[in-house]
Amino acid sequence: MKGETLTRADLCEAVHEEVGLSRQECSTLVERTLELIAEALERGETVKLSGFGVFQVRAKRARMGRNPKTGEPAAIDPRRVISFRASQVMKARVDGAPGDAMHDAA
Amino acid sequence: MIKSELIGRLAAEHPHLTHKDVERIVNIILDGMVGALEGGGRVELRGFGAFSVRSRPARAGRNPRTGAQVSVPAKSVPFFKSGKELRERLNVSGDA
Repeated sequence: MKGETLTRADLCEAVHEEVGLSRQECSTLVERTLELIAEALERGETVKLSGFGVFQVRAKRARMGRNPKTGEPAAIDPRRVISFRASQVMKARVDGAPGDAMHDAA
Repeated sequence: MIKSELIGRLAAEHPHLTHKDVERIVNIILDGMVGALEGGGRVELRGFGAFSVRSRPARAGRNPRTGAQVSVPAKSVPFFKSGKELRERLNVSGDA
């Protein structure tokens, strides 16, 4: 499993194998699950999935930034961003997994 | 929205499945994602976002109450980056 990338297709397959519904229906269920979460976030709702984590929408105010390539100042508009906080259960399961060393900082 | 509400809405869209079935399906989906991260993998859901594992180096921390120095061991933490499409949906003009 190390270093592998899980996609919608893998989730569909897992549901198909464990529940026995058609692949078509499993695909719809995976898609609708993600879509219902996305729609709630779009409405500005916090999405709490116990045992998994919390998705929250945060408003960022306008600020002056810089084009990292040219170094020129550029205005950054106010925007909404999603923050995800993993549950303790997820944190415990992930700790010990090999991390992405490219992103050690922050 | 909490997990039971998500399950309720999905169940309403799939009337031939029981609430229990849908609950099981949602848990398989969420558990599948955690399982991939647990193995050091990534989860890529186009349009929605990607989950990855980031390593945090060991550092010297402090007990905020007593001020005593404690060493915090290196650890791996889950990280989520929202997908382009979802970011754009959150910021349709006149919205932010």
